Amino acid sequence: MAALTREETDLLIAEVLEVYPEKAHKDRKKHLMVNDKALESSKKCITSNRKSLPGVMTMRGCAYAGSKGVVWGPIKDMVSISHGPVGCGQYARAGRRNYYVGTTGVDAFCEINFTSDFQEKDIVFGGDKKLAKLIAEVEQLFPLNKGVSVQSECPIGLIGDDIEAVSKKAAQEIGKPVVPVRCEGFRGVSQSLGHHIANDSVRDWILSNRDGQPFEKTPYDVAILGDYNIGGDAWASRILLEEMGLRVVAQWSGDGTLPEMENTPNVKLNLLHCYRSMNYISRHMEEKYGIPWLEYNFFGPTKIRESLRRIASFFDDKIKEGAERVIEKYTPMMDAVIAKYRPRLEGKKVMLYVGGLRPRHVVGAYEDLGMDVIGTGYEFAHNDDYDRTIKDMGDATLIYDDVTGYEFEQFVERMKPDLIGSGIKEKYVFHKLGVPFRQLHSWDYSGPYHGVDGFAIFARDMDMTLNNPCWKKMTPPWLKKEEAVLKEAA
Amino acid sequence: MANIMIREKPAGGLVFYLPKRDMEADIRSIEFDTPEKWGGELKLENGGVYYVDPIPKPGRLPVSVSARRLVAAED
Repeated sequence: MAALTREETDLLIAEVLEVYPEKAHKDRKKHLMVNDKALESSKKCITSNRKSLPGVMTMRGCAYAGSKGVVWGPIKDMVSISHGPVGCGQYARAGRRNYYVGTTGVDAFCEINFTSDFQEKDIVFGGDKKLAKLIAEVEQLFPLNKGVSVQSECPIGLIGDDIEAVSKKAAQEIGKPVVPVRCEGFRGVSQSLGHHIANDSVRDWILSNRDGQPFEKTPYDVAILGDYNIGGDAWASRILLEEMGLRVVAQWSGDGTLPEMENTPNVKLNLLHCYRSMNYISRHMEEKYGIPWLEYNFFGPTKIRESLRRIASFFDDKIKEGAERVIEKYTPMMDAVIAKYRPRLEGKKVMLYVGGLRPRHVVGAYEDLGMDVIGTGYEFAHNDDYDRTIKDMGDATLIYDDVTGYEFEQFVERMKPDLIGSGIKEKYVFHKLGVPFRQLHSWDYSGPYHGVDGFAIFARDMDMTLNNPCWKKMTPPWLKKEEAVLKEAA
Repeated sequence: MANIMIREKPAGGLVFYLPKRDMEADIRSIEFDTPEKWGGELKLENGGVYYVDPIPKPGRLPVSVSARRLVAAED
């Protein structure tokens, strides 16, 4: 159920876009659409993965963020070096809350900022020597690391350093994989290209490292792809999969290790959670190793049930029974959550604007709680994401791609959602407008939200935010009507 | 010439994937589809037409091949 009809939404888009000059108007119009479930392909209605217009504020990251921050960073036993000036690594450090088991600084290195700290002289004379020295130093100080990845920042590409040569030489010296990643920030239009570059470097430098080596297989081996263990997400998913009888060989890349990744070609099925950031490697493994891949969704009871059954359909009866057993076991738990929170959340309207998979994945969880998603959009999705979104969203919902600060504010003011789920850059803007807000990139310092355990926390958090008494205090005392003040005093 | 990947859909039918543009589209028709000769003109559901040099039919899909664009997909 959308809040507005199709005509009203069309009109809203037209009104919001009116303030733009002609050229910007024409460009931005292509990025907004009203959902129509009957559509097969999103191509004709929405344009995505285009460069943001100068002059408007949007919320995208860079290729380095996509590679270091998303894909490579969470691998806990690898040292990811931010090669270049110190800031990129420092401000991206540990912000995504990719949880892991391990002792930081001894056998896990996610939360440490390793950087070559470029200075003027490195820009002028090149930083290759510094990188070689840095890798040797890392090996000496942190001998339990399983490998090193070199994440280039912008200057590396600009001055043309040969990090591949340094990496090859260093790999021989330390006897571990050293992966050069050409993820300079200026590449592409958003972090999306960083995911692609990171996937390609995993493919070229990591994936085939253990080909031909013995590996004890079972018929029930799977790998979790595209789950970054934000607030413990991957653990909550893993519980369900293991309980239904599957063996999780690898986690990519939240709480994942290099040996896990190298063993992934031995699995029977790749389970893909974040399609946007890991579809590339899934497709490659399908071609090279014949491993099928499956997109699944562990947000909310409806989708969990659907996904567990779909995963089980790839295996024999033992797993199918296991899936039913798991569903049966957890249904009372999930029903209890719904019974507790649905009356408090029923009928509330939500607007989303997040990254690669959540704008469509969490819709099911909101619907289970009786809430309506009236608008959704991605920062950096491509057309194939929107193809999938059209199916998951209600008719006549507003869909916006790479939305600008102005547009988002206008949509919120006119559509009046009860809750917004988006990133930290939007959070305080909407708090000041008096709209309840959840930061859905890293679950607002909460989580996990995946799986059964996650759903309980998800429901609690949404209730906590929406029904917080502070939203009733938005009118300052001097603007309150006299009777209300008197009543309060009495 | 662009590298493309052709894969089978779970529901049957072929899907065309162009990694560089993240373009995924169903293949409407394939010119040659015999065990000895496979490929030729691929007509896509989004209006694009690509040409793949005919090869013996691969034993297993997906397969990466290079393709030439004859007609661009409508935007």
